[in-house]
Amino acid sequence: MISRLQRPAALIILILAAVVIIYPIYYAFAASMMTSGEMDSFPPHLFPSSLYLANFKLVFSLVPVAQFLYNSFVVAIAITAGHLLTASLAAYAFAFIRFPFKAFIFSLFVATMMIPWEVTMIPNFLTIRNWGWTDSYWGLIVPFLTTGFGTFLFRQFFLQLPKEIFEAAKMDGLGHMGAFVRIALPLTRSAFATLAVHSFIGAWNMYLWPLLITNEESMRTVQIGVTMLQFEEFTSWNLVLAGLTLMMLPPLLLLVFGLKQLVGNVTLGALKG
Amino acid sequence: MGNKLAKFKEAAFGFGFLMPSLLGFGIFLFYPFFKSVYLSLHSTNPRGQIVDFVWFDNFKDILGSEHFYQSIKISFLFALMTIPTCLIISLCLALLTHKKNKINIYFQLIFASSIAIPIGNASVIWKILFHPTAGMFNYFLSFLGIDPIGWLTDPAYALISVSIMTVWISIGFTYLVLLSGIKGIPEDLYESAKMDGAGSSAMVRKITLPLLSPAIFFMSVISVIGALQSFSQINILTEGGPANSTNVVVYDLYQEAFVNYRFGTGSAQAIILFLIILLFTIVQFRIAERKVHYS
Repeated sequence: MISRLQRPAALIILILAAVVIIYPIYYAFAASMMTSGEMDSFPPHLFPSSLYLANFKLVFSLVPVAQFLYNSFVVAIAITAGHLLTASLAAYAFAFIRFPFKAFIFSLFVATMMIPWEVTMIPNFLTIRNWGWTDSYWGLIVPFLTTGFGTFLFRQFFLQLPKEIFEAAKMDGLGHMGAFVRIALPLTRSAFATLAVHSFIGAWNMYLWPLLITNEESMRTVQIGVTMLQFEEFTSWNLVLAGLTLMMLPPLLLLVFGLKQLVGNVTLGALKG
Repeated sequence: MGNKLAKFKEAAFGFGFLMPSLLGFGIFLFYPFFKSVYLSLHSTNPRGQIVDFVWFDNFKDILGSEHFYQSIKISFLFALMTIPTCLIISLCLALLTHKKNKINIYFQLIFASSIAIPIGNASVIWKILFHPTAGMFNYFLSFLGIDPIGWLTDPAYALISVSIMTVWISIGFTYLVLLSGIKGIPEDLYESAKMDGAGSSAMVRKITLPLLSPAIFFMSVISVIGALQSFSQINILTEGGPANSTNVVVYDLYQEAFVNYRFGTGSAQAIILFLIILLFTIVQFRIAERKVHYS
């Protein structure tokens, strides 16, 4: 289909694009394995001369990277679990249960995707402060346990399931709770995986909210911790980048293993609503 | 009677299943949304308590200041520089890599990779790359015989630099959405077009692009909303400077509310932002009704 000349040309463009796109990530990984001498030399090194891991050790001793990582994991996992639970339950109700005001409530869920988060930020900040939830996991997690996007995603998947299964289950005396746990959830594992990857990455990336409600070092997430690295006494870049590398690894690994889930499913919730 | 009871029970289950979501949205989305409207009509003390009902004075203050229009202008410039660039690059990459084969898997992983890089982390990396004397970008420019650029320190370049970084970080998600869209196009459409003797560029124009238009439309709506909400990269890269050249709306709002502790005017700014985003979304949907092809 593509002519003989086009194919190599396209390949060259793709390789160039790949190099440009991967470069900042590569740079962070490479520089984190360089010694200070290598970092300061001119012309700059493009590759680290050896697998030098002392920066990682040093960064662990200078900044509580382990604490930041732990905080981010707690927050991201809790929010992901919350999304999976609240979204799948709500989606089941919209797909299979008859109740009054369904259309109206559904439109409320649509509206949640229209309100930019910044509009609710100031009152949410005041609420969390009034509840004494600043510098706590509660404050970082609880405001984010629901998701309009996830509800749509699950609803799309539920609506694609054959109705007959549910009718048969009803005949056998299975209630909604039973049908939800034993039929709907097991049949929509890919929606689960998609939303899990999406929510985890989203929660891991949160920046402005943790910046607002955490002050204590022990409650900071990696996103805020990383800017702290920058402002610490040492501005040695290889150390900053070593810290960064450690913090970037979890979502990157998740992408490598979860890419297949994301391709194909990421648009489902949004496009076919 | 039994029927009525069954109906009631069914509805109770429905609301039971919805309850966690409704509670979450109620407390942390709908309540604060109306609270923002309420706050925007009041003056507040630095602790966030209401001092006085001021009608639309906050809005008048904002809409009467040069400063605000400047930040709106910067936000739109930023959107204009980032969105089309990101969409075009992502679309080309997706068109070139959507076929299933051994090499494309790696390209897909690389082009999607920025979706997994937290914007805070990415901003710090780019800040180092942008460094005027020791940064790699100026080093690469020196090969081309170009003098060092004050990427983040020169008001003429700062917004462009932030935009370049934003395009880079946005490509991951945009590419993934468009790639998914292309993969969703049925293979037999291409087969029959091939039978009719259509070339590859004709197939892209006549089949791929029209069928991809819902995905492109979805991405452009999301991107406009995202661009108008940008904060993290501005906060880390430039802090709104130099000379306010990157002071986008959300950064300005953040300063107003959480640095100057003026929650009333901050809320009014947030409401204006909401209205602008709403207006744009409606306009985009209006345009899309005519242009977007739904199968």
